[in-house]
Amino acid sequence: MASSAAVPFWRAAGMMYITYSNICANLVRKCLREPFKAESMNREKVHFSLSKWADGKPEKPGFFFFFFTLLPV
Amino acid sequence: MLRQASRLLSRSGSYKLVAARAFSTEVPSTIDSTFVESWKKVAPNMDPPQTPSSFMKPRPSTASSIPTKLTVNFVLPYASELSGKEVDMVIIPATTGQMGVLPGHVPTIAELKPGIMSVHEGTDVKKYFVSSGFAFLHANSVADIIAVEAVPLENIDPSQVQKGLAEFTQKLASAATDLEKAEAQIGVEVHSAMNAALSG
Repeated sequence: MASSAAVPFWRAAGMMYITYSNICANLVRKCLREPFKAESMNREKVHFSLSKWADGKPEKPGFFFFFFTLLPV
Repeated sequence: MLRQASRLLSRSGSYKLVAARAFSTEVPSTIDSTFVESWKKVAPNMDPPQTPSSFMKPRPSTASSIPTKLTVNFVLPYASELSGKEVDMVIIPATTGQMGVLPGHVPTIAELKPGIMSVHEGTDVKKYFVSSGFAFLHANSVADIIAVEAVPLENIDPSQVQKGLAEFTQKLASAATDLEKAEAQIGVEVHSAMNAALSG
């Protein structure tokens, strides 16, 4: 099996394509003008609730309806 | 034990085992006539069941002569920017450089880098800044371009771009681990591409 010749720098650093692509998209979104920036941030919001499990039962969810935009930087 | 597997498999050849599959654009509408006939024998008053492929619009077939227009489907995760639009040419920011796509382009899959994508229709040119994505150019002069984020150039804020470029250049200089270096490099690339897009 031939090794692929020139891997992109992000692949060489251990990043997956989807991570790279999401970072690019986030950076572009951060550089938008005001009304579009707010719209895109709104669009990308993620709502989730996190709870730790103990003894087969979920503990009281401490992070109830925690939402934030998934910005890596 | 499994050394004999391929021999055993090829011995039981009463049915086709490894049939080369044709491309979906070339296979005609496949309604299995033997199935339909046996269905009609068993349940003559019911229509034979539909399969998912019968609901799909057939793909435009590869014309024998080069068509005059390119059909572009430009989609984002949250919206379909262009859907089946007939244009003269698109220029896409492939990783190998700006690629001009005309009708009759050789089938290609191109990975896109952050850059400007322009759609040319007569004298109209519409430009978008694409963050990254892929472009699938088919033999039937249909181009499927998918991007995670694409914005018209007017929506970009130049001051933010300059700030980001300065920030990431500085991060690149001070980065320690490989991953940080890669992230900083991505930042520099994206911001310089946006800069070039706004000034060029």
